[in-house]
Amino acid sequence: MLLRNLAHARTGDKGSIITISVIAYRREDFSLLEQQLTPQRVGEHFAGVISAPVTRYALPHLGALNFVLRRPPHQTVTRSLALDTHGKCLSSTLLGIDIAVDEDRCRQPAAQSHA
Amino acid sequence: MRSLRIGAGAGYSGDRIDPAVELAEKGNLSYLVFECLAERTIAVAQEARLLQAAPGYDPLLEERMEAVLPACVRQRTRIISNMGGADPRAAAVKTRDIARRLGLRGVRIAAVTGDDVLELVRGGGAEEFPPDGPVPQSPISANAYLGAEPMIEALAAGADVVLTGRVADPSMFLAAIAYEFGWGMDDWNRLGQGTVIGHLLECAGQITGGYFADPGYKTVPNLAQLGFPLAEVAENGEAIITKVEGTGGRITRATCTEQLLYEIQNPAEYLTPDVTADFSRVSFTDMGPDRIHVSGGRGRPRPSTLKVSVGFRDGCVGEGQISYAGPGALSRAELARDILAARLGAGRLRELRFDFIGIDSILARRRPGPESEPYEVRLRAVARADSLKAASLVPREVEALYTNGPSGGGGAAGSARETIGIVSALVARASVPHRIDYEVA
Repeated sequence: MLLRNLAHARTGDKGSIITISVIAYRREDFSLLEQQLTPQRVGEHFAGVISAPVTRYALPHLGALNFVLRRPPHQTVTRSLALDTHGKCLSSTLLGIDIAVDEDRCRQPAAQSHA
Repeated sequence: MRSLRIGAGAGYSGDRIDPAVELAEKGNLSYLVFECLAERTIAVAQEARLLQAAPGYDPLLEERMEAVLPACVRQRTRIISNMGGADPRAAAVKTRDIARRLGLRGVRIAAVTGDDVLELVRGGGAEEFPPDGPVPQSPISANAYLGAEPMIEALAAGADVVLTGRVADPSMFLAAIAYEFGWGMDDWNRLGQGTVIGHLLECAGQITGGYFADPGYKTVPNLAQLGFPLAEVAENGEAIITKVEGTGGRITRATCTEQLLYEIQNPAEYLTPDVTADFSRVSFTDMGPDRIHVSGGRGRPRPSTLKVSVGFRDGCVGEGQISYAGPGALSRAELARDILAARLGAGRLRELRFDFIGIDSILARRRPGPESEPYEVRLRAVARADSLKAASLVPREVEALYTNGPSGGGGAAGSARETIGIVSALVARASVPHRIDYEVA
């Protein structure tokens, strides 16, 4: 199942650092995210963008993971030549990651129950 | 129990003005805060001021003040804003003149300065901020992030409007809360919770459903009339985040959680000039439609250094774009890229980047197969150069693809500009005294 069905996400930025929060729609899905959305996996997804290992912070009571991505020092909001200098579009790309779930859960994506 | 109503009237310099007017008129506010200063804004304004091309304060200052001052003065709502930019004193004089023109006599306007630490940084008084690398050799601006204290001082002196240059965004909200409730500036847990409230509000529409909607997944009603947020803050610092009834958008635990973590690295250690705030135990409770209760922010002693944004001339950037469509669009865009690489690759450009917009401009991916080839592709070339003349080669060469490049190139556009980069640095807190001047309408 696409992560998009289980969680929502938002990018923030500070200089060369990009932060991405991933928040489960349903608290019960949080452990699934915690198990599968490892810093390594997120790092692989953003391989062309980052220059150091990804750091992850967990906030289980909010159903949230917070990822810190580091770009090379000159790849900042004010200096990057990228079209999206902030990296604001990146959180949505992360929602395209596949999360393995059991069959029952496949039939009822969490996002629809939220919307 | 006494509660304080604080609204957020802008989340960035160019933000919508009508939601701020709505808040001023219908929010029943004690304070209206406008956050209008991005990282680079002061450096750019400083340059413009030196060239006497523009005032150093926010370009929308006049429009905003004209729009909200009448309601704010009538309802005794105090205004706090970093719209002073590179020249808070000039912003205060301007605001005084606007108030007089509107017939609003007696309005007291404070200008907080002291954030400009260019001389200190030029004299070697700044240390490297680790992720950003060395402090620039020839800075053109350097502004320290001041905290809540100078703004509290201005409020205590009776200011109706407080205009600042660089201050930490949440500190503008914290100043109002700490002043009204008489919090000690070493009451770390309260300052931490006040910082949480400031952080939630500082991007205005980003907590009321802006930067959030995802059709079919996250529904937000009436974004065209998005309401800006306000907090009802209790004396213990707990608050309800809400908005004016009938405005667009929605406030939910989901919008609040996204905004809590926005631009946050370690949630247990969010550094501001006022406090080392701990967001890690913040919780949100649903109190009804568009009413979310927030509690659990805590804090530890503030850092001994202040962060400084240092601006420097970062060369020039030239950019050009051109579109291709129909069968073979991508192949022709790739041929165009190869031509540009050959024409621009050697010589006067320092860094050259190509993007195929719609395919890999955000995140590089494999080339699409023939069956999923896009119907149209826009090629973007961008380069850094030492001179404007060299940078302008990029848009020129892109435009030349019309007659010298692959078939069917259209919509060529481009620009070349001088750029200002920003690097963060650290200075000792004691080396940054502040000053407050007052104007009375």
